[in-house]
Amino acid sequence: MTAVRRLAALFHEERLTLAAALAVCATGAALAVSGPLLLGRATDLLLADTPGPFDFTALGRLLLLVLAVHAAAALLNLLGVRLAVLAVERAVARLRERLQTKIARLPFGFLDAQPRGEVLSRATNDLDTVAQTAHQVVGQTVNSLVTITGVLVMTCLLSPELTLLTLALVPVTALATRAITRRARRRFTAQATAAGALTAHVEEMYTGHAELRAFGRGQSATRDFDRHNADLRDAAAGAQLLAGSVEPVTVFLGGLGYVLVAVVGGLRIASGSMTVGEVQAFVQYVRQFNQPMAQLAGLTALVQAGIAAGTRIVDLLDTEEQPPDPPRPERPAASRGAVAFERVCFSYAPDRPLIEELSLEVRPGRTVAVVGPTGAGKSTLADLLLRFHEPSAGRILLDGVDTAAMTRADLRSRVGLVLQDPWLFHGTIEENIAYGRPGASPAQVEAAARTARADHFVRTLPLGYRTVIGGDDGEPGLSAGERQLITIARAFLADPAVLVLDEATSALDARTEELVREALTALRSGRTTFVIAHRLGSVRDADTILVLRNGSIAEQGTHEELLAVDGAYARLHLAHPSP
Amino acid sequence: MLLRLLRTRVRLHLRPVGLLLLLQLVQTAAAVALPRLNAAIVDQGVASGGTGAILRSGGAMLGLSAVQVACTGGVLLIGSRVAAAIAHDLRASVFRHVRSLGPREVARFGAASLVSRTVGDVQQVQALVLLVLVVTVAAPLTLVCGVVLAYGQDPALTALLVLVVPALGVPTAFAVRRMRPLLRGGRTALDEAARVLREQIGGQRVVRSFCREEDEARRFAVHNGELLSLSLRTGRLMALMSPLSGLVLNCAGVAVLWIGGHRITGGGLSAGALIAFLGYLSQVLSAVALTAYLFVALPRAEVSAERILEVLDTAASVPQPRKPVRAPLRGGRLEIRDAGFRHPDAEDPVLTGVGLTAAPGETVGVVGPTGSGKSTLLNLVLRLHDTTTGTVRIDGVDIRDLAPAALTGTVSVVPQRPTLFSGTIADNLRLGRPGATEDELWRALETAQARAFVEDLDGALLAPVRQGGANLSGGQRQRLAIARALVADPAVLLLDDPASALDQATAAALLAALARANTARTVLLTGRRADAVRDADRIVVLEAGRVVGTGTHAQLLAGNATYRALARSRPSVDGDAPPPDAADDDAAPVGGRA
Repeated sequence: MTAVRRLAALFHEERLTLAAALAVCATGAALAVSGPLLLGRATDLLLADTPGPFDFTALGRLLLLVLAVHAAAALLNLLGVRLAVLAVERAVARLRERLQTKIARLPFGFLDAQPRGEVLSRATNDLDTVAQTAHQVVGQTVNSLVTITGVLVMTCLLSPELTLLTLALVPVTALATRAITRRARRRFTAQATAAGALTAHVEEMYTGHAELRAFGRGQSATRDFDRHNADLRDAAAGAQLLAGSVEPVTVFLGGLGYVLVAVVGGLRIASGSMTVGEVQAFVQYVRQFNQPMAQLAGLTALVQAGIAAGTRIVDLLDTEEQPPDPPRPERPAASRGAVAFERVCFSYAPDRPLIEELSLEVRPGRTVAVVGPTGAGKSTLADLLLRFHEPSAGRILLDGVDTAAMTRADLRSRVGLVLQDPWLFHGTIEENIAYGRPGASPAQVEAAARTARADHFVRTLPLGYRTVIGGDDGEPGLSAGERQLITIARAFLADPAVLVLDEATSALDARTEELVREALTALRSGRTTFVIAHRLGSVRDADTILVLRNGSIAEQGTHEELLAVDGAYARLHLAHPSP
Repeated sequence: MLLRLLRTRVRLHLRPVGLLLLLQLVQTAAAVALPRLNAAIVDQGVASGGTGAILRSGGAMLGLSAVQVACTGGVLLIGSRVAAAIAHDLRASVFRHVRSLGPREVARFGAASLVSRTVGDVQQVQALVLLVLVVTVAAPLTLVCGVVLAYGQDPALTALLVLVVPALGVPTAFAVRRMRPLLRGGRTALDEAARVLREQIGGQRVVRSFCREEDEARRFAVHNGELLSLSLRTGRLMALMSPLSGLVLNCAGVAVLWIGGHRITGGGLSAGALIAFLGYLSQVLSAVALTAYLFVALPRAEVSAERILEVLDTAASVPQPRKPVRAPLRGGRLEIRDAGFRHPDAEDPVLTGVGLTAAPGETVGVVGPTGSGKSTLLNLVLRLHDTTTGTVRIDGVDIRDLAPAALTGTVSVVPQRPTLFSGTIADNLRLGRPGATEDELWRALETAQARAFVEDLDGALLAPVRQGGANLSGGQRQRLAIARALVADPAVLLLDDPASALDQATAAALLAALARANTARTVLLTGRRADAVRDADRIVVLEAGRVVGTGTHAQLLAGNATYRALARSRPSVDGDAPPPDAADDDAAPVGGRA
């Protein structure tokens, strides 16, 4: 129940519109139910054995009433459905927006722990399911319920016995439908399995397309494909057949009811206990009865899916957010780039500390290299500096101010980050480079690209700086190194006081990396750079080299100092001597 | 679009479709006959014709219902089979067509997109075919049967029945027409919103580090707003449907009673016929409504059909020779003369005037900084691109004159990011030569420095490989790919930066072993670092797409500035594979660049 209540809260802002929609729809459906009865009256009027010429004015008046009732019912239905659409669509759009802003406020501890598609799936697939369910529930439930009730009332008024007779078929229909749907579900599972196997095979073949072609293969791949393809065809045909057979079975049972009513009605007309108009109305009601029943039956499955999807959305919305910015934030007086870590501790899980009592002082303009084995906590250091994670103890100072006392936006406008895995969004190369500095001119973008050594390869692309990259449907395949150069150009253009390069040049060749670093030094003179690196060659010129191990600094010093100490750094160096 | 896609495919199933139409005809005729029997019962009741006649008519109704359900079952059986068969044929066409395309076209679509076109889009088309065969074709049949039966009972009221079709059909068609672009737009807007969201989730660190949260929210809000406005406009039109058909049905019912009333009092019509007409009316109107439903479902299938045709209409960008040389070349003398390549419309060429020769038994290294065109050069030899100037010849034959099979039989490649296939190690190694013996496999593994780790695997050569080689490390995949290329025994072997996923010691051992094994083979080897190619017989230095130096390692170290810069050592800290090779993004340039 709580799940339903939490879901209902999602539609809170639209409750008035929703209530109005439901009320209007219900009134319309109730009005519409009276139609067949009135038409039956008209028939009886026609067939009445009155002497003299037939009086058409009475019939005309009755028929006008019928028209008026139906026109009103249609108008109310139109209005109700429009209101329902408005309420549901607005609620869904608001929900979509809430999910988007929520993502921007989730702590990275949560985001990093999720499989990549998980959060996305909640904001897209689950939301679609909720929207669909809401539309159906609002649009149909009330309508169907009112229609069923109304029809039952009307038919009971006309003939309780005949009503009971037709109702006797309802459980039969329900049982038959259930038996079929249960079997159909099994067939659909089989179809999904076959489709999954085919998809996996096709994906593998397409991914390895270049190799299959280079090795002149394809015969065996095609044979496997044909087998999977035939499996899917047979499974699909079976599933569709079973799913489709609900329809003829219900139609047949509905037809049986129709025959029953026709026969019994005919007998009653003969015996004089029912009029032709009443039987005619009854026949129309029986035809109206089956559709809303089927709709309600279909709705139960949909509602279950909707509740499951809605719960996942609510769970995401209820996830704890990163702590808010301080109410009265501090700002460093000048942006010089002095960074200090004071006994900083951090861990995801209390029993497994990731960073332990790390202290570090970096004067403005210095280059600090951070090396160490995988898992030593190198990237965590960058995350802490940018406050993607908050230290569990200790503090980090930027130009003398505790970063926790600054707003995140202020902090991040002073600290730039280039990641190892280049993030490019769907847009032109120019837009991607300008991301860190909205409003940058094309000349500035090109200058940044030249500095980052990206200009040459960009100019060999089909549309140069206007080449669209980062799309879903393939792209001009940029190599890992080229993608890194674009993100480096982006950081150059943004021009922050402190720059963190997290393995940002790992895919570059030695010379390009060297050129990028020279450009960096020239641009950043008097400012601070952190280089998180994997390779020793790229760190030897740093002012300070930190060797991290198990979350704390094992060694610290210049290249020469560390070699002289003859510790971990020297051992690493000996293992990989220069040629 | 949809028609073009389906025309030829439906033709293959003409006989079952004909049978299906016949069954539909019988089924609708039975359905339409039911109101008429009902009318008979009512009239028998009015005339107090006795229970016998009424029961007989009831029995006939029962019989017709049974016929109807039997026919519907048959329709369903045939329909689901034909739809599934058409989907099957479509998938097969797309799959085979993709296999005939060059890697460049495949890269342009992207593997994921091609998969969804092969499976998901075909499923949409299948759903539509099923809808048409099982539901929609019954609509015109119902109309015809209804009119024919009604005409027998009362021609004047039949005219009303016919008039009702445009009365509902025209406004519905109008609404559907307005709705279709909205539905399509809504679909696109939904996809766009999902794409933006996916980007934002993947790039949260970058978004937040540049303080672009609000801009991103605005970017998303644009799509969300568009989606909302399209949904509302669609919804408003959708809302018309049900009241419209209800209103038309009831107005027509009133008209039947009014006109029928005059006819009954005039003695021209029975009470039963009046009821029968009300029955026909609801049948004809529901047929019109079902047709409308088809047009609502159509846009989605049309988009899918377009996406499928986009693949089927794509021609391979590298033309086939008219008089091809069919036999693989065994010599392997590779001559690249004055080769240039420029992407269409690009400002600068990727390669300009590259010349290079490699004799059988020779190993030639190609080294150059990021973006200098190394991989593109290999792609020219593989004919993933054709040169825009100059030629590539093997044994004196222009590779543009080689049949595709002859080229693949001559040249083998180890890409930067090799793909392994699910199966066993042996399956993967035999990719280029299914008949290779186990001895040959082990020899190739030995040369590729992979023997030791394969021996350690549970099952050795028969050890399972998961899709994409997911259960192996980057270095292991690379070495298996090298062994795979060696097993294929090509005259020309291309190695695209094989040292990138290997530690230095392994890379050096690999190159030495290759040098020993490649006595009669031409090897073209690329590298980002000088030490990756230092043992080559000759080294070509590329920069910005031009050759800036040729010579041995020693010669180039002495006389080439670019080479000296590339020779700076950069050992790894911990011997892991460098990260870009471990990450699974789409950066493998051989076969990658469109």
